[in-house]
Amino acid sequence: MRVTCVVNGETRQADDVWPGESLLYVLRERLGLPGAKNACEQGECGSCTVYLDGLPVCACLVAAGQADGRTVTTVEGLGSGEEQLDRVQQAFLATGAVQCGFCTPGLIVAVHDLLARDPAPTDPDIREALAGNLCRCTGYEKIMEAVRLAAAS
Amino acid sequence: MTTLTREPTTVAGGVGTNAPRPDGILKVSGEFAYSSDLWADEMLWGATVRSPHPSAEIRAVDITGALAVPGVYAVLTAADVPGAKHYGLEVVDQPVLAAGEVRYEGEPVALVAADHPETARRAAARIKVEYAVRAPVTDPEEALSRGDLVRHVPVHRFAAAGGEALTADVVVTGTYEVGMQDQAFLGPESGLAVPAEDGGIDLFVATQWLHVDQKQVAACLGLAPEQVRLRLAGVGGAFGAREDLSMQVHASLLALHTGKPVKMVYGREESFFGHVHRHPARLEYEHGADRSGKLVYVKARIVLDGGAYTSSTPAVVANAATLGVGPYDVPTVVVDAYGVYTNNPPCGAMRGFGAVQACFAYESQMDKLAAAVGLHPVELRRRNAMTTGSVMPTGQIVSGPAPVDELLALVRDRPLPAPAAGDPRERPGGVANTTRGEGVVRGVGYAIGIKNVCFSEGFDDFSTARVRLSVLGGEPAVLVHTAAAEVGQGLVTVQAQIARTELGVSQVTVATADTSVGSAGSSSASRQTYMTGGAVRAACQAVRATVLARTGRSDALSLVDGKVVASDGSVVTSLVELLREGDVEETVQWRHKPTMPLDPVTGQGDAHVQYAFAAHRAVVDVDTELGLVRVVEIATAQDVGKAVNPQAVVGQIQGGTAQGLGLAVMEEIQVVDGVIRNPSFTDYLIPTILDMPPMEVDVLERGDPDAPYGLRGVGEPPTISSTPAVVAAIRAATGLALTRVPVRPDHIALAP
Repeated sequence: MRVTCVVNGETRQADDVWPGESLLYVLRERLGLPGAKNACEQGECGSCTVYLDGLPVCACLVAAGQADGRTVTTVEGLGSGEEQLDRVQQAFLATGAVQCGFCTPGLIVAVHDLLARDPAPTDPDIREALAGNLCRCTGYEKIMEAVRLAAAS
Repeated sequence: MTTLTREPTTVAGGVGTNAPRPDGILKVSGEFAYSSDLWADEMLWGATVRSPHPSAEIRAVDITGALAVPGVYAVLTAADVPGAKHYGLEVVDQPVLAAGEVRYEGEPVALVAADHPETARRAAARIKVEYAVRAPVTDPEEALSRGDLVRHVPVHRFAAAGGEALTADVVVTGTYEVGMQDQAFLGPESGLAVPAEDGGIDLFVATQWLHVDQKQVAACLGLAPEQVRLRLAGVGGAFGAREDLSMQVHASLLALHTGKPVKMVYGREESFFGHVHRHPARLEYEHGADRSGKLVYVKARIVLDGGAYTSSTPAVVANAATLGVGPYDVPTVVVDAYGVYTNNPPCGAMRGFGAVQACFAYESQMDKLAAAVGLHPVELRRRNAMTTGSVMPTGQIVSGPAPVDELLALVRDRPLPAPAAGDPRERPGGVANTTRGEGVVRGVGYAIGIKNVCFSEGFDDFSTARVRLSVLGGEPAVLVHTAAAEVGQGLVTVQAQIARTELGVSQVTVATADTSVGSAGSSSASRQTYMTGGAVRAACQAVRATVLARTGRSDALSLVDGKVVASDGSVVTSLVELLREGDVEETVQWRHKPTMPLDPVTGQGDAHVQYAFAAHRAVVDVDTELGLVRVVEIATAQDVGKAVNPQAVVGQIQGGTAQGLGLAVMEEIQVVDGVIRNPSFTDYLIPTILDMPPMEVDVLERGDPDAPYGLRGVGEPPTISSTPAVVAAIRAATGLALTRVPVRPDHIALAP
């Protein structure tokens, strides 16, 4: 089948999509956008978090066909390249919240969404909002710092 | 000969600074290419058929159903492996593809390559393997009695000659168990194999040690090592799980067979079968002390379940044995550690590597002893704390700083966190809103651990660095090239920092690791900053000597901001000037001081290079009715010798502590009759941001004179003592014995 959607502001089309494919597969393998990561395939780890019509979703749980005609924003679409990173991306770098980085794209989208909804979250708010994003490297302390810094900037 | 008399001063972006990660921008913008992100024209996807049985004879394999699936390019079995049929890190015993029998659930039996990953999976499901199922051996004690021994390491040391009877005024005993933990890196096993024109293979993979992969892959493919070229793809965490091979040989076989690039990417479920795990252990301890709490002897018997194949079990057993009494002065030690073969999942390297299991047991014992002699747990530990000059149970003298006493005092003296506020999210059970505070008890626990850094027991441990100094765009520039695996820990940052400090050049590029330069050894054993850092420093020093020799001067010169500076501070010339004759490149192989094998009977010998120490204090709130635990805060102190990148050091300490907390209260691969019951992130729980508390970190810098910049390996120690500290805090809250990790709610709520 054919799937057409607006991805990072651009209309994109994927042909010969097998109906069992996820939005994540289409983004990564058919549209050349591997930023969203596949780490669990069942919506537990949040590494594949992207915006679908403005709401954060696990792209591994969205069937490709469900994205047809809709708008997707991935981590690649948040900043405008190396020159201009989003404040969340900058904060992750400044605080050392990136180690292996596999969880980072999903977390950045999740934090971006949190700060859009709540510009000054408390620590319990941050923890609750990011409970669906697993990180195995950092122990989350520097991610907390990153969110606080991004909120303050 | 030109000599440098001045110590390198702090250079912008150099050693001791929080230099940013060179891969950071790529990682936050989604552009960093992990091993699962690779793509090539006409690429095929590989899939693996795995045994559903922990033990079975293979009677027949029928691949015709898979071959008939449109889009399938190859179906391979053991008969198609052209070279060595087995591989292994220490012992070559693991089949590339099973032939005749399978010895654990998930053992690879056949491979498929197809034009779509789903096609490959469906074709794999059509391969018919006829098994004659056998009863698996799953009890390590039974394995031991059958003689299925991987290794026995005795460490026996007696205060008096002749081996006196073990007696003391105060004796405490205990038997402890550690469940099977998974490394649970987020980036599953994956890579791309590309067939080359010379009949060889170019392999892009996430691994911890390119050269040990190269050696094993080449042997199995029947190729010369130089025909198997590995390049490190982006690594999504490792923690030991990438030390053994996973898809490397399989993807290469499929690529050579089809003549097309083949990508293999494990899903999360397959990943649980695709790598080794932390050894489950049973540990019996007896501690004898005088009435003041001074240790007289420790006797221990440790059994580690190595599962179906050897992997790194021999070295894990040695660690458990040699580090088995902890960072304490113990006059008499009788430790016997055993690793056994069973039909359980293979176990091998995971952060902490044998020291984790032992630490849970000996620290539990120290708490028990403190209670028996009526001392605070920290006071008991301080009375027995080893110091510089202490003698290990192996007879090895601890030559470097050993601030055990100071680390314990640091965590003890941290202010305690405030009582829980009213927010239900800060109570055990969290948003599930299972308590309003009734039945909730707070507890505080302490622990300290010891870890060896670098490879031990006489292993020829080295790293190789190639450093090139040239002029780029009118400015001096350095290219650092090693085969050391950046797995997330920040080694790429550290290599650049060292080059900036040694050569006084700000523009440093670290080339992607590959096998075109000599081996760096593994990114394991907390060794890479020590070893590859040491190699990069040595190569930079060789480059500096060569380039300074071009001045023709014999006085002391140093390199500062691209200038050559004399000892009086005057500028002699510039690097750009000196490099007009051409670039300078040096390749250096660097070794730490040699170690010795352990005596096979007594376990005596200077087997380790360096010891590292970390202490933890955990504060927990326990809902004693439901058995739910909330870790409120963790304070930790660690001696890192020299914090080459303080921000990265703290990140390692916090991340390692989190993995220790996971083992304490959450993480266990549930194995029943050799079968994994929870191979998913829905059922194997790693700490989320809700499970992790704030962490207070003290970093000590007590330089080790034998190590580059005085540094001490950082990665593993925080994982080791975090587990027993959390459990000690739960014991303090509940009064329960809690002899097994992870502690489950039923251990608390349903305790007799």
